[in-house]
Amino acid sequence: MDVSLQQFYQEMKASGQSLRPRISVRIVEAAAQAVFTVCAFASLLAVVSITLYMIANGIPAIWQIGVKEILFSALWKPVSEEPSFGILYIILSSVTGTFLAVLLGVPVALLTAVFLAEIAPKRLAAAVRPAVELLAGIPSVVYGLLGLMVLNPVMYRWEQRLFKGSQTHQFTGGANLLSAVFVLAAMILPTVISISESALRAVPEQLKASSMALGASHIQTIFRVAIPAARPGIVTAVVLGVGRALGEAMAVNMVSGGSVNLPLPFHSVRFLTTAIVSEMGYAEGLHRQVLFTVGMILFLFIMLVNMLLHAILRRGDG
Amino acid sequence: MAGKLKDSFVLILICLSAFLSVVLLAGIIIYVFVKGLSVIRWSFLATASSAAKGNVGIAGNIVNTLYVAVLTLVMAVPVGIGAAVWLNEYAGRSRWVRLIEFATETLAGIPSIVFGLFGMVFFGTTLRLGFSVLTGSLTLTLMILPLITRNTQEALRAVPDSYREAAAGMGAARWYMIRTILIPAAMPGIVTGVLLAVGRIVGESAALLLTAGSGYFLPESGQELLYKIMQPGGTLTIQLYLSMAKAQYDVAFGIAAVLLCIIFFFNLLAKLLARKWDLSWKQ
Repeated sequence: MDVSLQQFYQEMKASGQSLRPRISVRIVEAAAQAVFTVCAFASLLAVVSITLYMIANGIPAIWQIGVKEILFSALWKPVSEEPSFGILYIILSSVTGTFLAVLLGVPVALLTAVFLAEIAPKRLAAAVRPAVELLAGIPSVVYGLLGLMVLNPVMYRWEQRLFKGSQTHQFTGGANLLSAVFVLAAMILPTVISISESALRAVPEQLKASSMALGASHIQTIFRVAIPAARPGIVTAVVLGVGRALGEAMAVNMVSGGSVNLPLPFHSVRFLTTAIVSEMGYAEGLHRQVLFTVGMILFLFIMLVNMLLHAILRRGDG
Repeated sequence: MAGKLKDSFVLILICLSAFLSVVLLAGIIIYVFVKGLSVIRWSFLATASSAAKGNVGIAGNIVNTLYVAVLTLVMAVPVGIGAAVWLNEYAGRSRWVRLIEFATETLAGIPSIVFGLFGMVFFGTTLRLGFSVLTGSLTLTLMILPLITRNTQEALRAVPDSYREAAAGMGAARWYMIRTILIPAAMPGIVTGVLLAVGRIVGESAALLLTAGSGYFLPESGQELLYKIMQPGGTLTIQLYLSMAKAQYDVAFGIAAVLLCIIFFFNLLAKLLARKWDLSWKQ
């Protein structure tokens, strides 16, 4: 300690003045800390209560109907005389729809990210990048509206051509799984592009320069060096895309028809999310409880995706 | 030579993908505005729909949207900022920090329809708030909490430690330092976070459908506006959905254009401010 500071301390002590803050300051400080602590625990409390509520509301129907009859039966007749609550096709539709949308959307998004990060002239990239981020804010109902007005008629034409003269095919008017897949693929584009692009741009310049110096072409460098180096970020982008597609309700509800069917491209389908949106309004009794089970299954899927994301992010840190 | 050919092929693929993304996304916007702007006129924006007068208008829905947005922000912003302050300034490196950050991350990943189900049962049934603007706002509060918290955290992290050391060196107590130095220094980041949250709220539909319900009436007096908090109210997104279900497609496109204008305005504002204040993590 400095001599003068020591002296100051001695003098303060001698004068009998306390070095501790005034009592009023100490009370305010303690109160502020308490308030901040409560705020911080709000999100934890929210996650815990949502988990508990989803499980508490989702389990009773399973209990009552039976695991086999609800999860492994494909017969969905919630309002008939002898109701049947098999949600197998609903689960399969959600999984298939999400998978296909990611399969379709991610390559396009990733290549777009490569274009923005590596190939486009700086000024073009600087113009496109904020535009893409802006687009992430388009509400899902708008995607749904466009899907309904633009995509469904196209799908209907395809359907008419493909199933001409078919006796067994139920015509959907274009509201089918394929429409939902296209809409979802478009919806995840902005998210996947933005995140994988920032991951690509974070790859150190030296790494790419070394690869080029060893004689690799620009494209080889991108695919053998830059993309592997940016993998944690890209995987994060894909997982977020999966989460977004899986949880999307309104847009899908508008374009996918809505009968419970085996998820084939030209079938009208019902997803986990759309079952809730379209039936919650009128469902009663057991039907309503089953919808909560559907919600619980969706929630469990999403939690699985979140865990995956968390694991990836952790590994990326280390 | 074969390598070169492959390279150019991949390059073409990359450019095509980029072109596709941009055309697709630009196409969405242009289509909505071309279809929607013809519907928008003063009476569409300033009056509520009324079957008696044969009038179609979305003023009631605009009021509901504003109501939900303001109410949600009033609840979410203080809590979100408080959480970020605790995580960054008080908690140190405890296990709780990791747990709460994990919870925040999880909350951000939960789809809006699940928030809707939870809000409907918890706020609507358990707390007996029913289908109301308040139920909707409480639900959305949970939904945007992570957004506010994370943005504020980033902003606080960007405040140099020398500020904290200088303040502490001058004998400032912690809350005093937070109030007078850290929050003002972090304000740009906080404001952009709030603007992004407004975009999220205005664009939200699934969660509100299950919690705030529908309804397009325009409150006629201040008192009615006050009571509205306990009554159902459909925001613009909900009205768009309902119009579409009733096959009123031009109304739906009109609302879509209004929605895009509002959302782009706030997101653009957030971007411009981030650039003006030089928030590197946002650019």
